[in-house]
Amino acid sequence: MSPPLDKRAPSLPPLHTVTLTVNGKETQLKLSPWTSLLDALREYMDLTGTKKGCDHGQCGACTVLLDGKRINSCMTLAIMQEGKQITTIEGLAPTPDELHPLQQAFIDHDAFQCGYCTPGQICSAVGMMNEGRVKTTADIRELMSGNICRCGAYTNIVDAIEEVINKQTA
Amino acid sequence: MTAIGKPISRVDGNEKVTGKAKYAAEFNVPDLTYGYVVSSAIAKGKITNIDASDALSLDGVLKVFTYKNRPKLAWFDISYKDQDAPPGSPFRPLQDETIKYSGQPIALVVAETFEVARYAASLVRIEYKEDTHETDLEANLHRAREPKSGIASLLKPPPPKPRGDFETAYQDASAKTNGRYVHAAEHHNPMELFASTVVYETDSKKKPKLTIYDKTQGVTNSILYVSQVFNIPFKNLRVVSPYMGGGFGAGLRPQYQLFMATMAALELKRSVRVTLTRQQMFTFGHRPATVQNVALGALPDGTMNALYHDAYGETSQFEDYTEVVVNWGGMLYPPENVTMDYKLVPLDVYSPLDMRAPGGVTGMAALEVAMDELAYELGMDPLELRLKNYSDLDNNEKRPYSSKELRECFRQGAERFGWSKRSFEPRSMKKDHNLIGWGMATGIWDSNMLGARAEAALLVNGKLWVSSATAEIGTGTYTIMTQIAADTLGMPIEDVLFKLGDTDFPIAPISGGSWTAATVGSAVQAVCEEVGKSLLKLAKKMPGSPFKSAKWEDIEFVDKHLRLKKDPSAAVSLMTLVNLNGGKAVRETSGVFADVMKQKNFTRSAHAAAFVEVMVDEELGTVKVTRAVSAIAGGRILNPKTARSQILGGMVWGISKALHEESALDHTFGRFMNHSLAEYHVSVNADIHDLDVIFVEEHDDVVNKLGVKGLGEIGIVGMPAAVANAIFHATGKRVRDLPITLDKLL
Ligand code: FES
Ligand code: FES
Repeated sequence: MSPPLDKRAPSLPPLHTVTLTVNGKETQLKLSPWTSLLDALREYMDLTGTKKGCDHGQCGACTVLLDGKRINSCMTLAIMQEGKQITTIEGLAPTPDELHPLQQAFIDHDAFQCGYCTPGQICSAVGMMNEGRVKTTADIRELMSGNICRCGAYTNIVDAIEEVINKQTA
Repeated sequence: MTAIGKPISRVDGNEKVTGKAKYAAEFNVPDLTYGYVVSSAIAKGKITNIDASDALSLDGVLKVFTYKNRPKLAWFDISYKDQDAPPGSPFRPLQDETIKYSGQPIALVVAETFEVARYAASLVRIEYKEDTHETDLEANLHRAREPKSGIASLLKPPPPKPRGDFETAYQDASAKTNGRYVHAAEHHNPMELFASTVVYETDSKKKPKLTIYDKTQGVTNSILYVSQVFNIPFKNLRVVSPYMGGGFGAGLRPQYQLFMATMAALELKRSVRVTLTRQQMFTFGHRPATVQNVALGALPDGTMNALYHDAYGETSQFEDYTEVVVNWGGMLYPPENVTMDYKLVPLDVYSPLDMRAPGGVTGMAALEVAMDELAYELGMDPLELRLKNYSDLDNNEKRPYSSKELRECFRQGAERFGWSKRSFEPRSMKKDHNLIGWGMATGIWDSNMLGARAEAALLVNGKLWVSSATAEIGTGTYTIMTQIAADTLGMPIEDVLFKLGDTDFPIAPISGGSWTAATVGSAVQAVCEEVGKSLLKLAKKMPGSPFKSAKWEDIEFVDKHLRLKKDPSAAVSLMTLVNLNGGKAVRETSGVFADVMKQKNFTRSAHAAAFVEVMVDEELGTVKVTRAVSAIAGGRILNPKTARSQILGGMVWGISKALHEESALDHTFGRFMNHSLAEYHVSVNADIHDLDVIFVEEHDDVVNKLGVKGLGEIGIVGMPAAVANAIFHATGKRVRDLPITLDKLL
């Protein structure tokens, strides 16, 4: 809705060859310098498990892990992430036939409805657990608040995460 | 019955948690091109010039579509009418130079990549001649008029005629309340952005053949629209939507990305994807801003004798969107003197669109606050007032409900919540610097059943394949249909595969209005019974068959066997039977409609009682819903796990509506200014605390054979008023203006 930029169009900058390591696999892509990591995953690598809900860092649907840290993949450029270990929902489970404990807990607790925020919620929860800051249920609610679930599955999301944390610390 | 009624985990759960579930923008095909929409910067006027030369000069830009170079399209309005179109003249993207609302799509830039299309779109220069627009509902109430009626009026009846003499009764009442209730527009904002991926191919005669992956609550709706607008025969079209990242009503009409992507694919003879931005998610339907007046009167003992409810809803200049806002009080409560009225105010905005419990949650958010006010005028417990005026009749129609366990909702909900420990006086339940308040409200929603078709096939490998062109919008359709099919033929759910969201499957209505479980569920049950009847025929042909004289009523399906009810040892496996079918699957297709004769003497509704506790910080005015209980009378519960989730979702929506949601219009520009998820607030995880759901037992064989009422809306309806009433109880402040943000409490 913004008015057109009032300047002549510069010609497009050249494409760059970018090497990304996603779910343990290296892939070379030819990308614009301003292609987001999110678009690189979805449109160039067919890894559509990572979702786009806003493209502005406001919803968390695009959350992936960069060297184990959670990040909104719409808010970073693909070209900046060479050499990092990128983990998406497709690469979370130990083997293709297994589920990550959080994935199983989400199913068991019905922690989703439409499923669109779900990959982001699960990656975000993994990242949160890596941060090691969770002491209480209220902490989970607070630290998961960057991931909007419009279906309103929040209480089940918290139950699912809590179960996995409790099992790990037990 | 073994699967129905069990808390089975979603059968599509694995796909959803692994990222394998594919949504409309995720079907990647070779040589895909990308369209990016340019939106109008003004709210009303005309385009005087479009300069796309800069955009077109970029490498990789294929075309910029505007009203000037768009293809010739269908001429008559009727071609643009979808299954949820209100009376009027539907909006046509790229029709001409006229601007009807802010954010109107006015150009589509198509390029080889998304990045280039997006950049090029920013280079399209558009000049306008602006007209003065009107977007302010309150400033235009004097222009209110009767809504036009049309086919939509069938499911959305206008208010009944006044009965009795409201004026006199209200004057005579010993306790009365009179208030004006306002809420702003709201946007559905499902997490998934609206998108269509149109895959272009040609048939043997070189005519275009499209497969369209669309974000929609009904593939049938999309295919009808595309076929009519672009004049393409059905046989060359297929619309597919196996998953939808949230609907809430937003997908009940084909949105403009479908038009744009289809047009571009046909013109460029290429596959095209158009995805809207989050900002553009604010440029089609929304819940209309509404102003309501409610006046209630009661006799000293609390018996209501007078009820007045009017509503002014906004609509666009081109369609009359209506909803049922004011009728509910006349249904629920028994006063003899009732006046209800509903009017529309056309503004320079897009047509509003059904949004979760459309009209119901709007009207009940006012009426149930007014009930609370009346209780306080009477000095009576708010729950006591509801019970005093409890009615087993729909008082508008003067006919009974097919079932109404609302009294039980009140009882069980109040008990779980601890309502009896409530102190009546506002501001009487403090804890540190927090004011505690308890509020409650009633919810009601229609239980409708429409018509649908389904197909079922018992395959030679013993698996059951069932399909219907309905939608999975997060409601659990895959799961409950699998359960229904499994039970009807006595099979484990692992052996049943239910498919949906494809126009190759038998027709089903758009998924909304809480009618999918009833409608498609009945169709699935019926078609599985047809398969069962064919199996019985095969069983009769077996040599020495014990079923020779058996009728349909004499048999049952248990443990993958057909057997005699009287003599379970007379059984034959389904596998054996299907092998008697000459190597073919046993396949049936059939449809169902509501039993109108059986239903016509009853009103069919789901009911709810919502109880809410809030904590309000006295100095900061911040509100926290610390706990809430919803007791639901929703007929038979097919799956308590997914059902509970639907109600939890509704409760979260109710809290969000009461405290956060508001699409704020800047009337200078006629534009929604908070068009992002950072500024359009919805409840996040930290806003939601303890939520409790109770399903009370309710039997109903009038609504449909399955006895289900649908749960998509009933969870939200009572919640906003319960929150508002709890805030009054906590603070003594009666806020009639939603959302209740902290500035209204300071
Ligand atoms: S898509 Fe990245 S935060 Fe919303
Ligand atoms: S499951 Fe639909 S948005 Fe979270």
